Amino acid sequence: MQGKIIKVSGALVVADNMVGAKLFDVCLVSDKKLVGEIIEIHGSKASIEVYENTDGLKLGDVVENTQKPLSIKLGPGLIGNVLDGIGRSLKNIYESVGDRIKTGVDAQTLNEEKKWKFTPLKKLNDEVCEGQVLGSVLESQIITHKILVPQGVFGKITQIKRGEFNINDVVVKIKTKNQFVNVCLSSFWPIRIKRPIKKKIEVSQPITTGQRVIDTFFPLARGGVAAIPGPFGSGKTVVQHQLAKWCDADVVVYVGCGERGNEMTDVLNEFPTLIDPKTNRPLMEKTILVANTSDMPVAAREASIYTGITIAEYYRDMGYNVIVMADSTSRWAEALREMSGRLEEIPGEEGYPAYLGSRLASFYERAGNVLTLGGENASVSCVGAVSPQGGDLSEPVSQATLRIVKVFWGLSSSLAYKRHFPAIDWLISYSSYVPNLKGFYQNNLSYDFLERKNYVMKILQEEKELDDVVSLMGFDVLGDKDKTTLLIAQIIREDYLHQNAFDETDTFSSLKKQDKMLKCICEFAKLAYMAVESGKVYEQILSIPSRSLIGKMKYIKEDELEKIDTIISQISSDFLSLNSKEEEE
Amino acid sequence: MIKYFKTIKDVVGSIMIVEDIEDVGVGELALIVDQNGNERNGKVLELVENKAIVELFDSSNNMDISKSKIRFLGKGLEVGVSKDMLGRVFNGLGIPRDGGPKIIPDKFLDVNMGPINPVARDYPEQFIQTGISSIDGLNTLVRGQKLPIFSASGLPHNLLASQIVRQAKVLGDNEQFAIVFVAMGISNDDATFFMEDFKKTGAIKNTVSVINLASESSVERISAPRIGLTIAEYLAYELDMQVLVVMTDITNYAESLREISSARDEIPARRGYPGYMYTDFASLYERAGKIKGKKGSITQIPILTMPDDDKTHPIPDLTGYITEGQIMLSRDLFKKGIYPPIDVLSSLSRLKDKGIGEGKTKAYHSDLLNQMFYAYSRGKNAKNLATILGENAISNMDKNYVKFANNFEEKFVCQGEYENRTIDETLNIAWSLLKEFPRSELKRIKDKHLDILLEEK
Repeated sequence: MQGKIIKVSGALVVADNMVGAKLFDVCLVSDKKLVGEIIEIHGSKASIEVYENTDGLKLGDVVENTQKPLSIKLGPGLIGNVLDGIGRSLKNIYESVGDRIKTGVDAQTLNEEKKWKFTPLKKLNDEVCEGQVLGSVLESQIITHKILVPQGVFGKITQIKRGEFNINDVVVKIKTKNQFVNVCLSSFWPIRIKRPIKKKIEVSQPITTGQRVIDTFFPLARGGVAAIPGPFGSGKTVVQHQLAKWCDADVVVYVGCGERGNEMTDVLNEFPTLIDPKTNRPLMEKTILVANTSDMPVAAREASIYTGITIAEYYRDMGYNVIVMADSTSRWAEALREMSGRLEEIPGEEGYPAYLGSRLASFYERAGNVLTLGGENASVSCVGAVSPQGGDLSEPVSQATLRIVKVFWGLSSSLAYKRHFPAIDWLISYSSYVPNLKGFYQNNLSYDFLERKNYVMKILQEEKELDDVVSLMGFDVLGDKDKTTLLIAQIIREDYLHQNAFDETDTFSSLKKQDKMLKCICEFAKLAYMAVESGKVYEQILSIPSRSLIGKMKYIKEDELEKIDTIISQISSDFLSLNSKEEEE
Repeated sequence: MIKYFKTIKDVVGSIMIVEDIEDVGVGELALIVDQNGNERNGKVLELVENKAIVELFDSSNNMDISKSKIRFLGKGLEVGVSKDMLGRVFNGLGIPRDGGPKIIPDKFLDVNMGPINPVARDYPEQFIQTGISSIDGLNTLVRGQKLPIFSASGLPHNLLASQIVRQAKVLGDNEQFAIVFVAMGISNDDATFFMEDFKKTGAIKNTVSVINLASESSVERISAPRIGLTIAEYLAYELDMQVLVVMTDITNYAESLREISSARDEIPARRGYPGYMYTDFASLYERAGKIKGKKGSITQIPILTMPDDDKTHPIPDLTGYITEGQIMLSRDLFKKGIYPPIDVLSSLSRLKDKGIGEGKTKAYHSDLLNQMFYAYSRGKNAKNLATILGENAISNMDKNYVKFANNFEEKFVCQGEYENRTIDETLNIAWSLLKEFPRSELKRIKDKHLDILLEEK
């Protein structure tokens, strides 16, 4: 039975004669076969959200219900790929229809012909249960793609092959209690449903990002969720790109959700040329892009973040630590709002639907540090950019996000105007993961790393209070100690927090480097305060020659970190001679 | 056989409802013939049950719906393009309005081309020299970028835009250059200003103008930029030209969007603007760029006037989230007599880092601009402090920064309307201002670059 279109309004199509339809069934609309999803059913009528431009649709056009939920094909070949919001490969689309995306293109997610070398890890007659690894395929030089026993399958292997296969070839047959299950290299999964796990476990490891302000002050944990809200021009995208480039996750899924076309192109051009510091291989070998640029159909934008997180969960199930970047969740929320308006729902705040908060929460809930079905510890971490209108965080999307996330990197336009990047405002940002990560820091960095971090943060807080005084009464009214505090705060801001993403050395700082740099600054601070307490004046502190060396620390290469130790001893001797000079006089 | 429907039921503003229609597609054009035989154009927006909701491009005044008829053309809005369009002026539907002969089209193009596949895009990285220091030096424009001018009423955005059009060029390159000028709801005076300026400089022969005046239909205002961009795409991707698209004024365009949205009884988002305004803007701005394997490019300079100088207003706000930066004009600088009154601190070019550096401008360009931003921002802060507390309350170093900030505005930002500075001149001025600082203050310039600079100059 075929449905017939009775209404077309933007991305919303209503079809009659749709008896038997279920919510979230995928439909093919008109003879152009536009992909859509059922979002409401009223009797025999179904409202369909169409993921492509609906221009040219007519009343009475046929609608075919595929009876399946919106799913994505998962298998080797995802790595290095660029998908659109509903999981079609943009490279395949480019090859079949050229520069522009036309409607009704039928493009596969994966390369169907390519042969992959499958290496079995189980033997004939082995008893297997869900989530166990049956064998593997080398997907890229750094990612081994594991083929797992499907969910809900427990049984005995009756056939297992070795050799080269395409993604649809059956490689393993499993006999369960009541049936035979064929396993091939790829499988389908409905994007709106989370993939099952054994259980969630508490986070305990950080994701290192090489960004000093993040790793030292506001760390993200493996399996954690973070939000980056900020007005335009405050560098959200640069921060997201920096994280994608340098974080130590095994797999990166980057979802460009309603953002600029050129940004996706930038990632596509740059990532193959960048080398991952952990594996020394091009970054593209661990990256998957989902791109729904702002000029692509708005309805597919809503689906794009689910596509992204489904892929992330798929790799998590193989035992990897995966990070998902969604830039930007505000565009996703706007897509929700647009559909809600067309469905004539009663709007909540600023026209957003009342279910905005619960949808956002259920998305972020798919992140976490977990025990997979196969019994491995793996994680999906999630970083969502938020683009609040006018930078005003009281708007609904920011507020709904802040209720969920544990890490908040607040970007400030006043820092961006000063070209202080990353423009993460240390006075408003927070990370609730620090207590979980305490053990990690104590085992891997200096024993007093956290103390130093708190010490430095305290100075920055004091700077803010002193700034208020200075702006009322001037710098000269301050005592030597307060003046010194301002000097140290300036060093922290300019020589530690400020990080140049476009400098080849400064773009990434290992935790070890951060630890040493922080030590150096704390050393200077302590000696400076001691000198002031013993009667030295601000100008004397200012004249310490090694002060200028602190600013050079960020440009010290990772393999020459002992140079920082030299700077530290230089500082000590400078202060020592400051004291002795006085004694001579 | 041409089929007319005489079933027009309602007219509300520019929206019209036609009943009992057959075989009509969404987005199709319609032709309405009124009781006197006058023709009007329209477009199908929505289909509901047996009704079509049609948007009129012209006014619905003086129309007796009981005696009018409508026919559907079976295709969306198209524009017939040809090389002969250069030097000509069109209205918002692509029909000549300069009294010249009809265009014999080379081909017809749909004005709503599909989105460019990100895989097909070529990343913009060719430096465009505009001859304006505050743009070239600090907020560099590159070919294929979309860089709007955020202005406000009374500020000289038109002067600046025409100066950019006059001077913009890619160094060491003799490719064909074209301008597409799209005017949306601007006054006759402003339109004349641009046209006269193009004539004076001879740019007119390489310019296609699409003009929709303030007095004209607001629905046509929505189609004007699409017509202009479709012509630009033809020039760029089929005739290999480097096209600069100037669109003014996006604010008027957005007002028209709101007007039409409210006529359609849509649920408004912020300040009454429709919820899809972001997507709508993106469908214009994202048409800037370069495509792999094509020689031409489209660079966009949209101009918008911020209502009440407020950059958090939805129009500049949503624009800023899509475009690759913004050139912000400042009323304070304008009042001080500085032209162009570009506030470099709140301006930004996101693509500058790819357009500058060795082989493009100078190796030390990036360091120099970071140092300039830092010094100017610190100088401005110190200046604010000095106005509250008096000159003497600030440190000696801060006094240097104040001096720098003043010099920066007067010597670097300020320049003549016809002054075309090369990038070398711009960077020389920058360095002549910065070198007043002791070396220890120039922390954002790398040692190797500082050595070169100190030696060279």
